[in-house]
Amino acid sequence: MILQSTTPDTFAFMVLGYAVILGTMALYILSIFLRDRRIDHETRLVEALETEEQNK
Amino acid sequence: MDPMPKTLKALSWLTGALLIAALYMVWIYAPREAVMGDVQRVFYFHVAVGWVGMLAFLATAAAGVIYLLRGELRWDRLALSSVEIGVVFILVNIVTGSIWARAVWGTWWTWDPRLVTATIMELIYVAYLMLRQGIDDPNRRARFGAVYGIFGFISVPITFLSIRLLRTIHPVVFGGESTVDGSFNMEPEMLQAFMFSLLTFTFVFVTLLWHRFRLQTRTEQLEQRKMSALSE
Repeated sequence: MILQSTTPDTFAFMVLGYAVILGTMALYILSIFLRDRRIDHETRLVEALETEEQNK
Repeated sequence: MDPMPKTLKALSWLTGALLIAALYMVWIYAPREAVMGDVQRVFYFHVAVGWVGMLAFLATAAAGVIYLLRGELRWDRLALSSVEIGVVFILVNIVTGSIWARAVWGTWWTWDPRLVTATIMELIYVAYLMLRQGIDDPNRRARFGAVYGIFGFISVPITFLSIRLLRTIHPVVFGGESTVDGSFNMEPEMLQAFMFSLLTFTFVFVTLLWHRFRLQTRTEQLEQRKMSALSE
């Protein structure tokens, strides 16, 4: 790169780099959201079972 | 149900806004670097995600020390949450470094001290997550995690200092006079974009850590509830 006279076209690499960064962050946030939703769902199930036990 | 705290909600929105502003700074505000072209813009977030990873491992070690002193399981939850974030961000750091290297050095991978130490650091913390799974007793698991997190942290300064102490082709942007391929002088706008990215990703770390810690707390509360429901 030392002897080059013009700026190389590395736009595709930049796009790939930011796709990796933003894509991975989005996936991680989604995984937290989905795990949180599963906890909500299971909590509701446990609450329903507890209520059922109390009514017996 | 456990509603999300208002402060966490506000922090999440603020972090999202900061991230959009940071993207504006690195894509539009900062000038294109003359020698490398647009791929140099990866540097801003590449360093910032590395910063998050190392901050996460520091938080893990600190939480480990506090757990060993106090014996409160919430510090183990914090350590675990922090390791998970660190592993995700260091992985992104390694992959984006590889993409940059392909454009600038002409190769996806080379056995350079920085690349090797960063990969070893990542593997040490992946092992932390895997080994924890094998211990059933929560207190033993927490004690193991605390000790491992403290000793594992040794890999962080080694990784950080590897480009300053060893012969390397990795550029040293601060505190070094690197002349290797990929080193560059930062214009004021570049420096501002870089500092803003670091600030933004510090917010990203705190926000994610809070969300992940809250998830871990809820998971363990649910497990306890299930256990007591089964034992009745």
